[in-house]
Amino acid sequence: MQPQPASRPRPHTDWTGIGFAVLLSIVILVPLIVVAIWAFTEVWRYPALLPQSFGLRYWQATLSRQDVWNALFLSLRLSATVTFLSALICLPAAYAFARMDFPGRQTLLLSFLATQAFPKFGLLIAVAGIFLSLGLIATFWGVVLIQLVNTLMLMIWVPVAAFQAVDRRMEEAARDAGAGPLRVFWSITLPQAGSTLFAAVLLTFINTFYETEGAWLIGAPMLQTMPVLMIIFINNQMVIQYGAVLSVLLWVPSFLVLLFSRRLIGSQSFAKGFGV
Amino acid sequence: MARLTLSGLTKSFGGLDVVKAVDLEVTDGELVCLLGPSGSGKSTILRMIGGFEVPSGGAIRIDGEDVTAVPPERRPTGMVFQSHALWSHMDVFANIAFGLKLRHLSRAEIRSKVEAVLELVGLAGYGSRRVWQLSGGQQQRVAIARSLVLEPKILLLDEPFASLDQHLRERLREEVRDIQQRLGITTLFVTHGQDEALALADRIVVLKDGAIEQTDRPSALYRRPATRFVAGFIGHMNLVPTAFQAGRSTRPEFALAVEVSDGPAEIAFRPEATGVRPAQGAGHALVYRVTDFGTHLTLDLDLEDGTRIKAHGAGSIAWAPGQRVEVTPAEVLLYRDGVLLSTEPRTAAAAA
Repeated sequence: MQPQPASRPRPHTDWTGIGFAVLLSIVILVPLIVVAIWAFTEVWRYPALLPQSFGLRYWQATLSRQDVWNALFLSLRLSATVTFLSALICLPAAYAFARMDFPGRQTLLLSFLATQAFPKFGLLIAVAGIFLSLGLIATFWGVVLIQLVNTLMLMIWVPVAAFQAVDRRMEEAARDAGAGPLRVFWSITLPQAGSTLFAAVLLTFINTFYETEGAWLIGAPMLQTMPVLMIIFINNQMVIQYGAVLSVLLWVPSFLVLLFSRRLIGSQSFAKGFGV
Repeated sequence: MARLTLSGLTKSFGGLDVVKAVDLEVTDGELVCLLGPSGSGKSTILRMIGGFEVPSGGAIRIDGEDVTAVPPERRPTGMVFQSHALWSHMDVFANIAFGLKLRHLSRAEIRSKVEAVLELVGLAGYGSRRVWQLSGGQQQRVAIARSLVLEPKILLLDEPFASLDQHLRERLREEVRDIQQRLGITTLFVTHGQDEALALADRIVVLKDGAIEQTDRPSALYRRPATRFVAGFIGHMNLVPTAFQAGRSTRPEFALAVEVSDGPAEIAFRPEATGVRPAQGAGHALVYRVTDFGTHLTLDLDLEDGTRIKAHGAGSIAWAPGQRVEVTPAEVLLYRDGVLLSTEPRTAAAAA
């Protein structure tokens, strides 16, 4: 009799994992699907499970409004400015935290967590008081400043981890080959840490784009960003579709950015930034 | 080719001296190994020569020129790191060409130099590979090529083969030795592997706690270790405690005569210089363990007082644990207070 070949162990099905994945998908996807349906709905009356009529009427109505376009361009300008300034300030600081030893380094690094450690709204009200006396309320730069504070933790901690992950020997090898410190940073450190830094910059852009509390408290009533406008639509408009259309519009930048980043940098760069 | 001089080189970290006033002269084309256990300061010395650590004291001279305060990018040294430290965002060609580009060489010159050095390290045609596509040995060759292409006066190798397996390590060290001799480049090699040091070096510097214990040619270092530490660190040395009275050892099984003052000492001899044969009578020692290494048999022997020594036994004899044997050491050295006594011990019979 021929010996029976050893049967390959059957792959273990992780039912718990699958269960969590399904649950998570439901929790995240169902509200998104409902909002997306509303955006393309013209008539949907209770108790029908599905809309009676689909159409693009509310898209046309929303996109023909000047305030929507103003808000979109303002949000893009704000996000770009805040991201640029944040990178300009935080990346050199992060490099210093990662590579230099100076008195108070650890305390200072921890202090950037403070921006997230307190109830944000209370902090914003205190800041608003100061901004009022400085004449920064309802100004572009006032909103930039307040949103800049929000980016500090992400733009310091993630790049610090990215710079620390670069093998020092690589930098030393470059010095050994004749490169000065700046050339080493440009040719070795930055490309090595680049994908994680890029991930941090992208996340900062997205976070700033969707930021509402600071933009509303400091920017109102003169400045209305896209998310602020969406809230106003949802609160003040009887027609749900306006808010839904704006909400779907707001998904676009983050989807594009995430798709782009996935192609370019891969998920491990995000993980590396958080020391995973 | 170049001459390297270290004078009183010292390094302290937080008040702790990790390198203590090291003096060393490496001549043109010489390959010197810095050998020592972990924490002996060998890598710190190499990093100070490369410019990656600032000495707390002393001076580093290359061809008589003081480079102690010169930054790494302006030193005529080339360093090969244990971790290879290849730039993973560049291909092999770009890794090697990096330093040449900084020197503003023409494209044609860069290409010709890179191809020549790749040929030298046996990686011709590998220029377009990404570094992660290479094996550990190939990566280390690229790291060596990256240093060699810049034609440094001094080549510094910091445990370059430590992360490689035994066979590859042996092959690469022979290749490195060949290249070093062909180019005649002055080289300083850090290792904690005594085999590597003995196989490669023109001279070996043994370090302990940041200070030089002994500097000598490999054969001299092996045959006449200046201190008990070196004796124990380079190969295996049997160290048997004894005492001398009126110039004679008090151990009957090692009846040595030597002109030393009375007092304790240690008799030292290598396993391969230890004669051992089955005892006719009571014998000197008991076989504790027999280990066959293929090339030779090593016997672990227990002396009467419990001291365990090693000896190479003849393969023609069937050794067995518990067997009584007679031990006859040759090429015996004597250490007192951890230092080699210059007087040669003789057997008591010879002395009579």
